[in-house]
Amino acid sequence: MYLYDEIDQRLVDERVRQFRDQTQRFLSGSLSEDDFRPLRLQNGLYIQRHAPMLRVAIPYGMLATRQLRMLAHIARRFDRGSAHFSTRQNVQFNWPKLEDVPDILAHLASVQMHAIQTSGNCVRNVTTDHFAGVAPDEVVNPLVWAELLRQWSTFHPEFAYLPRKFKIAIVGADNDRAATLVHDIGIQAVRDASGDVGFRIAVGGGLGRTPIVGHVIREFLPWPHLLTYLDAILRVYNRFGRRDNKYKARIKILVKDRTPQGFRDEVEAEWAHLRDGPGTVPAAEIARIESRFPQPAYQVLPAIDAAHERTLTADRAYARWVSRNVHAHRVPGYVAVTLSLKQHGVAPGDASADQMDAVASLADEFGFGELRVSHEQNLVLPDVELRTLPTLWERARAHGLATPNAGLLTNIISCPGGDFCALANAVSIPVATAIQARFDDLDYLHDIGELDLNISGCMNSCGHHHVGHIGILGVDKGGDEWYQVSIGGRQGADAALGKVIGPSFARVQVPDVIEQLIQTYLARRDSEAERFVDVVHRIGVEPFKEAVYAGTH
Amino acid sequence: MPVLIKNRALQEDDWHVLAADVEEIPARGSVLVPLARWQILREAVPEGGRRIGVVLDTGDDPHVLAPDLHQLPVVAVHFPSFTDGRGYSIARLLRERHGYAGELRAVGDVLRDQLFLLARCGFDAFALRADQDPAAALAAFTDFSEAYQAAVDRGALFERRFRTEVVQ
Repeated sequence: MYLYDEIDQRLVDERVRQFRDQTQRFLSGSLSEDDFRPLRLQNGLYIQRHAPMLRVAIPYGMLATRQLRMLAHIARRFDRGSAHFSTRQNVQFNWPKLEDVPDILAHLASVQMHAIQTSGNCVRNVTTDHFAGVAPDEVVNPLVWAELLRQWSTFHPEFAYLPRKFKIAIVGADNDRAATLVHDIGIQAVRDASGDVGFRIAVGGGLGRTPIVGHVIREFLPWPHLLTYLDAILRVYNRFGRRDNKYKARIKILVKDRTPQGFRDEVEAEWAHLRDGPGTVPAAEIARIESRFPQPAYQVLPAIDAAHERTLTADRAYARWVSRNVHAHRVPGYVAVTLSLKQHGVAPGDASADQMDAVASLADEFGFGELRVSHEQNLVLPDVELRTLPTLWERARAHGLATPNAGLLTNIISCPGGDFCALANAVSIPVATAIQARFDDLDYLHDIGELDLNISGCMNSCGHHHVGHIGILGVDKGGDEWYQVSIGGRQGADAALGKVIGPSFARVQVPDVIEQLIQTYLARRDSEAERFVDVVHRIGVEPFKEAVYAGTH
Repeated sequence: MPVLIKNRALQEDDWHVLAADVEEIPARGSVLVPLARWQILREAVPEGGRRIGVVLDTGDDPHVLAPDLHQLPVVAVHFPSFTDGRGYSIARLLRERHGYAGELRAVGDVLRDQLFLLARCGFDAFALRADQDPAAALAAFTDFSEAYQAAVDRGALFERRFRTEVVQ
């Protein structure tokens, strides 16, 4: 992770002091609820159904082990011993007391963490690829640029009160592992013909009530202009985005109203004034930020390890885990490993304080004391030596962190849902656990193959159901909880939004519906290589719809 | 007389905002008029006994005021709610694009906790909402001792970081 200098630290400390003062004024009655609400939201603090919820930023998903241990400590001291990793590389505490929040923020600041702009109508925590810096297919390391964006967006003077929340994702590889096209701004590093680095800029993507894939408004933006160009986009949005209706206030609505071409022209006209101005990034700043990321001391290792190969052949369970949870690394002899927070029977993304401490120990022992949080709500050890992989597997299994389901059906992405969230129409986690229980047979699960299943408890779409191969959305029907099912969504460079298959279902029906969809897929696929989502796109929604609703007519 | 924060100090405010439905502009004193009213008035240059400034609504286009800025002692931006952030962009456009050097005043739903960022965008005068304590609000200007971005009040932090390193 980026190591703060004295100024970065001072700003975070000053934020704690500011929020402590605001909280005291609120508790003493001199700051009204209406005046306090936007201030607390900009520190990630919601007042929820049961208790406040505090969302803490994990900038670009990168955590040092001392930070993870601090999260475990906070979970024990201020919460009920656990935390929830969200789909946006944040971590949420569901039971803090309002009066404790300034102290929690002070604890976070002591390990260079904060809750700045994790909610509110401002630029949110910037997200990126969970394999950033170690993926073999990278054009540039996006971590440096993500930190540049963190600093630029932190207390941005002009854009603290936007029409609506604003989410930016950046990737440095060809494979878009951060779903940039469903963000308000999606940034992808590219090289031009002469090899110079720049960015492809997409705007107006998003999920929520009006899901839409972003429009590329600039194919190649030379890197020094990144911040001034973002300023131009944000300024057009800040001035002209709708503020009369919160459901029409996201930038995607403005882009649609102006047409992507019209919006692009306005941004370019604004940028003409800002270009080469004081926000232009000097090369020395990029070098400075880069130098503050500790460089892992990789060893020279063979690309193949005999013990690993032996275990692969001898142990089917190990082979299964390797096939799903172990990922290629740019350095020979190293791999990246997904530690699953999707143990069957446990809410997706939930981790106990003990598990967090265990992961921290694993990250110290099997890496360089650093780990990543994925938008799929898992934790990633980025720098594991291949020769230690069988040992790591045993250790991870002992802690319930080796469920070999990364990318499979039971690797469910889910928001906290109606059990925790005041906005939700319906619960999500009991639905997730019911599906996991139905598909608990690992052989069957691996036979089904790659499948993203996403659950959102309401149209705010925190579970990203629109881009799930199967998406489940909680809806309210006359005060009852019902679930709408869509299929065919996918993320990545060919992002698509799922189509609703028909009328919604009661909660108890959901596992049966999923079973029907899976049966239809298995009957219709060409080969094991053809994924569920591929079959949906090849044969359309109808055959699935017929199978699911056949029994109900 | 109401209190105004100007250049981080308290002073009495002798300007008054002309209500939208008032037809007569007083012959004397200092008056802030809405943009539409100004566009009619501007032809007849204000005479000795009174001073005229303009209040922009957050939906107004600040560019239309550009030709007149040199003769306006005060431009105010009215915040209908402190969560309406358009005024921040208007302020930067007036200062940075059009070089406005007179008083730039935030009026309306202006609260203590927004002063730091408003000042960064070029506001130098603040008529706080009536329930606010202007003396206590002065502390807000030092909520933060540094800032990352280039804005009206200072350049980008990366420029200062390098300057410091060179000095060391």
